[in-house]
Amino acid sequence: MGEFIVTLLTGLSSAAALFLVASGLSIIFGVTRIVNFAHGSFYMLGAYIGVTAVTAVGGGAVGFWVAILLAAVAVGLIGVAMEILLLRRIYRAPELFQLIATFGVILVIQDVTLWIWGSEDLVGPRAPGFTGAVTILGQRLPEYDLVLIAVSPLVLAGLWLLFNRTRWGTLVRAATLDRQMVSALGVNQRWLFTGVLFLGSALAGLGGAIQLPKGGADLLMDFNIIAAAFVVVVVGGMGSIGGAFLAAILIGLLQTFGIQIFPNSTLILMFLVMAVVLIFRPWGLLGKPEIPGHGVVEAPEAPLRPAGRGLRLAGALVLAVLLLLPVAHLAVPAAVDDFLLVLVIDIMIFVLFAAALHFIMGPGGMVSFGHAAFFGGGAYAAALLVKFAEAPMEIAFWAAPAGAALLAILFGWFCVRLTGVYFAMLTLAFAQIAWSIVFQWGEVTGGDDGILGTWPSDWASSRIAYYYMTVGFVVAGLLALRRMLFAPFGYTLRAGRDSPLRAAAIGIDIKRHQWIAFTISGAFAGLAGALFVYSKGSVFPTEMEIARSFDALLMVLLGGVHSLTGPIVGATALTWLNDLFSELSYWRFLLGATIIALVLLLPDGLAGLGDTWLARRLGLAAPASGSGANGQETPA
Amino acid sequence: MKVKYVLTAGVALGVLSGALASSAPALAADEIKIGDINSYTRLPAHTVPYRRGAILAIEEINKAGGVLGKKLVFVSRDDQGKPGEAVKVAEELRSRDKVALVSGSLFSHIGLALASWAKQRKTLYLAAEPLADALVWAKGNNYTFRLRPSTYMQAAMLAAEAAKRKDAKRWATIAPNYAYGKDAVAAFQKVLKKLRPDVTFVGSQWPGLFKIDAGAEVQALAAMKPDAIYNVTFGSDLAKFVREGRTRGLFKGKLIVGLLTGEPEYIDPLKDEAPVGWLVTGYPWQDIDTPAHKKFLAAYQARWNDYPRIGSIVGYNTMLAIQAMLKKAGSTDTDKMVAAMKGLSFDAPTGPITFRAVDHQSTMGAYVGWTVLKDGKGTMERWQYLDGANYLPSVEETKKLRKQ
Repeated sequence: MGEFIVTLLTGLSSAAALFLVASGLSIIFGVTRIVNFAHGSFYMLGAYIGVTAVTAVGGGAVGFWVAILLAAVAVGLIGVAMEILLLRRIYRAPELFQLIATFGVILVIQDVTLWIWGSEDLVGPRAPGFTGAVTILGQRLPEYDLVLIAVSPLVLAGLWLLFNRTRWGTLVRAATLDRQMVSALGVNQRWLFTGVLFLGSALAGLGGAIQLPKGGADLLMDFNIIAAAFVVVVVGGMGSIGGAFLAAILIGLLQTFGIQIFPNSTLILMFLVMAVVLIFRPWGLLGKPEIPGHGVVEAPEAPLRPAGRGLRLAGALVLAVLLLLPVAHLAVPAAVDDFLLVLVIDIMIFVLFAAALHFIMGPGGMVSFGHAAFFGGGAYAAALLVKFAEAPMEIAFWAAPAGAALLAILFGWFCVRLTGVYFAMLTLAFAQIAWSIVFQWGEVTGGDDGILGTWPSDWASSRIAYYYMTVGFVVAGLLALRRMLFAPFGYTLRAGRDSPLRAAAIGIDIKRHQWIAFTISGAFAGLAGALFVYSKGSVFPTEMEIARSFDALLMVLLGGVHSLTGPIVGATALTWLNDLFSELSYWRFLLGATIIALVLLLPDGLAGLGDTWLARRLGLAAPASGSGANGQETPA
Repeated sequence: MKVKYVLTAGVALGVLSGALASSAPALAADEIKIGDINSYTRLPAHTVPYRRGAILAIEEINKAGGVLGKKLVFVSRDDQGKPGEAVKVAEELRSRDKVALVSGSLFSHIGLALASWAKQRKTLYLAAEPLADALVWAKGNNYTFRLRPSTYMQAAMLAAEAAKRKDAKRWATIAPNYAYGKDAVAAFQKVLKKLRPDVTFVGSQWPGLFKIDAGAEVQALAAMKPDAIYNVTFGSDLAKFVREGRTRGLFKGKLIVGLLTGEPEYIDPLKDEAPVGWLVTGYPWQDIDTPAHKKFLAAYQARWNDYPRIGSIVGYNTMLAIQAMLKKAGSTDTDKMVAAMKGLSFDAPTGPITFRAVDHQSTMGAYVGWTVLKDGKGTMERWQYLDGANYLPSVEETKKLRKQ
């Protein structure tokens, strides 16, 4: 009995930090519709600033709590700075574009934190007066756990009062329900948003600071908390604070009891919960269905146009450069070295991966946060055939798109029932489940030791042969994806995105089309995975990680989601920049700053660059979102 | 509209030619380049000391005239903690920087990816820090060698010491949920069971790496009522585990064994909360009083104004190994270097080291002792240096483990 009670209380206390972070995320999303990936970084900053503040303030029981609150306020102000300097300038950009801005912020904060606090983990200071343990029926429970158990209901009550008993809170709730109406009634949205960012970030900072006596501050905290925070927010229902509270407790308790019964379940449990909840309650436990037209109303996209003569010419030119590159390599190896071919192979692979994701994101209107499942899943399908059947490349290679397509059929069946952020989060949940299976099922997949020795057959093993093979597959893949978008299928898909109601009214089965598109996208991501696994000679669960999914997301968004050239330009730019910067010691800062600069300068993505610039030059005032059909090839 | 596409293509060509111009540096004839890859941004606390140790060795070697009349050049690159990136960087080091060999890495999966690459590209790879047993056994290859004592060796050292404690019969384990944790538990169980058939393992906990829910894990361990606990967690997980376990009274009256827990990288951040009386592997740099180590310590502190971590000594020894290998090979031809690596012996600050020809594992050992608190900091007492050679399987057994 004592054991049960103490385990229960332990679970409740571990829910506390989770709830604080998740409630902040939920509030920010509810009002601004920004999926703030930098929220985990705010949590990390809260911890680091907390350690510094405790040392600086010093002085016993009062000093400790003052320091914790100081840390929360400081992080809140950092959130305000992010809002004023960055987010405010891009609210009009396409939905989710802000996401890459927050991603840039993550990278910058990582390096700034490393620079200020150094690389060694910091152990958190203890809370004066709560260093011991209480004994409950013969079982010991740290006193600080009781503090944490008390904190979340207090914060929940405070938030409830704030939102229900103050004018500001009422406005925030109104904005959560209908932003445009609030704006029409003359409320200054700017300061509302700034205030919300402050509150949300301060809660994340508080979460980071208040967990100090249970742990400390380290440089991996940001990514470690962010997935869990999203799970809690989604399980609870985006924008619902009560839901976040409920979900944090549910997950806290499940984790605590779960690892006693299934010690191996630590990686998968949370995402299983999220998948189950989303399948049965598509808007989370206490969430409400999304109201159409609730967010930013974007101008309808101009229809995609088939490639014009100029585009074909440019495409042919780039293709010619790509085809001639190895010839140049043989002619002047000093100028065109072997590594350039390696780099172009890498770029081409990610171009195909990004184009596959864009296929559902742009024309399909479905944002996937878990596309690495198909990239890595395809790579694993091929590698497993090599490992167990010693299949030659000619056979195993095809297992990748096939395996990825099967996986997409399975995941897609569940996912296409959802829309918007919930769709994205369910793809993330499935991707994480797939990842943990690969990670944990060591006997088959080799766990995180991966599968080695997946090298091409002899005829393709020379660099130049593999280069041509990659270029061939990627160009063919891009053309095939493009062809499909200009076929009736593509038009139907876009109809379902732009006006689901009308599309349904004329007898289109939207879900079925989305399911098919999801499968096609998965298959092409798998094809990219196949090219990847044979170019690297090994595959590891890292290829299925969240970070890999975000790579693709970043490429598509940075390139410009409205344009068919977008993913190509985005993948090329990002892969190339990454290679360029990674030789420098603070490359994350540089990459993050570059991303932020691009976001601010080109809110329509890189592919929007040519259009707006040209439009101005030629006096063709084409609407920005109508950048539409562009090239299919790109500088490589 | 034509103008735009011509311009786009122009930009494409511009970028390409820019990339070309930046590539292909001239190869100086009087230097030997060593391509170093490690997770400098992902785990700086563990990899930066490695780089410092390596750079110190390179500087000392060059000051003494280099090797084969040439200066050593250390080309250091970050792998971002991703195996795919590491392989790309390796390709770049090989074809653009023309390095003679590749060394480094900390994460096991990155070490394995580089090993697979080394075999395909027929390039020598000296793995410095990755611990995975598979690197030299199940997935070992002709071109891959490893310096640091592997998971199996360190676990076997601890098991041999732990077996002497007759009162510890019921064992529980806690290890991060990934290959290193699983290997470390399996190796410990295997060796301890062999030495002490009377022990039982009553349960294992597997927290996610750097995601430990310490309160819950400690509760779960306490529920098993063990006499002894084998801990493999490290980094931020270890800090949380130690604090929670102590507050909840988990460690009281139990034998606790900690793999790597005594390494400065892991025990120093704990400050005065460092565990006391644990049997650990580590690196008691303050107390090693062999002349060779004293010399290394003084040089390191003078060069970096900081004390060495285990990574530092591994980095230093790695470069010493490369120096000895180059001397023996007399050339940077890969086949000759690989041949020289097999059975290579050299003297390091930690003692003599030999690379076994049978599995390419070095015999570098580890320091095993008991943790203690000294001047508010965790360190080790009653430690001894155990030679790795005594904790490796025999040649026959190894041949079975290693299928070429």
